[in-house]
Amino acid sequence: MARSTYADSVSVRRIMGAETEYGVSVPGQPSTNQMLASSLVVNSYANRQATGSSRARWDFEEESPLRDARGFELPREPVVDPSSPANEDDLGLANVILTNGARLYVDHAHPEYSTPEVTNPRDVVLWDKAGERVMAEAARRALSVPGTMPVHLYKNNTDNKGVSYGCHENYLMARSTPFGDIVRHLIPFFVSRQVVCGAGRVGIGVDGREAGFQLSQRADFFEVEVGLETTLKRPIINTRDEPHADPEKYRRLHVIIGDANMSEISTYLKVGTTSLVLAMIEDSWLDVDLTVDNPVAGLRAVSHDPSLRHLLTLGDGRKMTGVQLQMEYLEQARKYVEDRFGTDLDSQTADVLSRWESVLVRLEDDPMSCSRELDWVAKLAILEGYRARDGMGWDAPRLQLVDLQYSDVRPDKGLYNRLAARGRVDLLLDEGDVVDAMTEPPHDTRAFFRGRCLALYPQQVAAASWDSVIFDVGRDSLQRVPTLEPLRGTKDHVGELLARCPTALDLVDALAGG
Amino acid sequence: MATKDTGGGQQRSGRRTDQTDEVEVDESNASDLKERHEKLSEDVDSLLDEIDDVLEENAEEFVKGYVQKGGE
Repeated sequence: MARSTYADSVSVRRIMGAETEYGVSVPGQPSTNQMLASSLVVNSYANRQATGSSRARWDFEEESPLRDARGFELPREPVVDPSSPANEDDLGLANVILTNGARLYVDHAHPEYSTPEVTNPRDVVLWDKAGERVMAEAARRALSVPGTMPVHLYKNNTDNKGVSYGCHENYLMARSTPFGDIVRHLIPFFVSRQVVCGAGRVGIGVDGREAGFQLSQRADFFEVEVGLETTLKRPIINTRDEPHADPEKYRRLHVIIGDANMSEISTYLKVGTTSLVLAMIEDSWLDVDLTVDNPVAGLRAVSHDPSLRHLLTLGDGRKMTGVQLQMEYLEQARKYVEDRFGTDLDSQTADVLSRWESVLVRLEDDPMSCSRELDWVAKLAILEGYRARDGMGWDAPRLQLVDLQYSDVRPDKGLYNRLAARGRVDLLLDEGDVVDAMTEPPHDTRAFFRGRCLALYPQQVAAASWDSVIFDVGRDSLQRVPTLEPLRGTKDHVGELLARCPTALDLVDALAGG
Repeated sequence: MATKDTGGGQQRSGRRTDQTDEVEVDESNASDLKERHEKLSEDVDSLLDEIDDVLEENAEEFVKGYVQKGGE
């Protein structure tokens, strides 16, 4: 009964979230210290959260990023690395929790936004899009700091000069699922899903030296099939296992291979289809073997061929394109939900399936017909327009600029944002809901408790993390409230309690007494 | 579609050739496709005009100056 643990028998549903590192630059100032620029951005937002001047810090007590899903722990190297998390703590880099339950911080040399935990794909899209608005607002506020130059933020994954930074998805899964099954079934899925959720990139190779267009920002940066690293020898399946929840019950699948998407539909399909595939894996439904020969090379080859004709070779000798491989997963998912839910299928799962099928069918037939839905196609349509109108080759700086500026978070300068403002792309969300989600937490996870505590008791929350909120109510010791179960601390669970506790002291006493 | 360099400005003529090929196979489908592509292309022209107005100046210097440190 894996699926009902957190899914209420609804197959795209599970506890999930996304964390995105944004590119940061100060145009005209290439020597800018990017850690400081990132800190400026985060602090500018954090210092002026609408709810008060308090700055709750992040609590690292339960964090163990070196824990491995395969069951062993790497020694933390005692080397001095200026970009390691430990040293960032020493530097006191900005790291705060927002009232929407999200985390906004500086990771290495990038501002990063982690969505609160949500229960379904649409909510990932909502709180992820709210993160873009938070970043845009943060950069705008940073402008008011005297003597600072404008900081530009980009939701992309490479500088086209050899460096990549991530947009990681997180999915809680049943601990009982064998990791080998996850590896076997997910690698072919990840090799091929970029035909749907690639963000598009001008340039081939890690430093973009070869002229051309490819589907994915990330594909060229992956070197191995499975591993713990995220910055070197990046693996298609990352084994970081840090559930921020009961480790007996849950594992967190940390997916590092995805592109950061601007398109709401791209993000929705990325997390929706992945969640469905995970449900099939947990339920031991998949009995087909879609193993791909040499997946790392296949990943790149699929990305490098926007005509979508590249043929992958499967373990059983069959050859198929990335789109066809996705259709195999779609067919399995259709059978799975039919078998499990029949006509009781929830609307979001049905919607994910129908949109997935629709884009796959059109990608086979006429990829450009997906330009309203998929990032890489929307970007390619602009680029092909320039090439046709101005006779540009793929090495033209203007095309590289289009690629970069597509992901600019500013509403007036970002090309995706211009497309959205002009009704040229399909949206999933109402902008009013996005603005609300900048400050309001989801109602159906522990993020509700975290976010509302920040909003209600800003002066008394000393620190918080995914699995705790720590109060300073003026007593000798700090009061730590563990929130280890992601599905507790919801509005249904604690909404009334919070409503009758005007102060954090009332809340702590109520929790101790109750 | 030429997504690797085959020389600038080849795109339009390349696309036309593709469509001619398809006419021989299935006339109604191809003309639908052609109509759609023409509409798309008009649309793209007005889009490009708008993007011209918001693109950063001095593209070469701008993209050269976009240098990031590693993350994750």
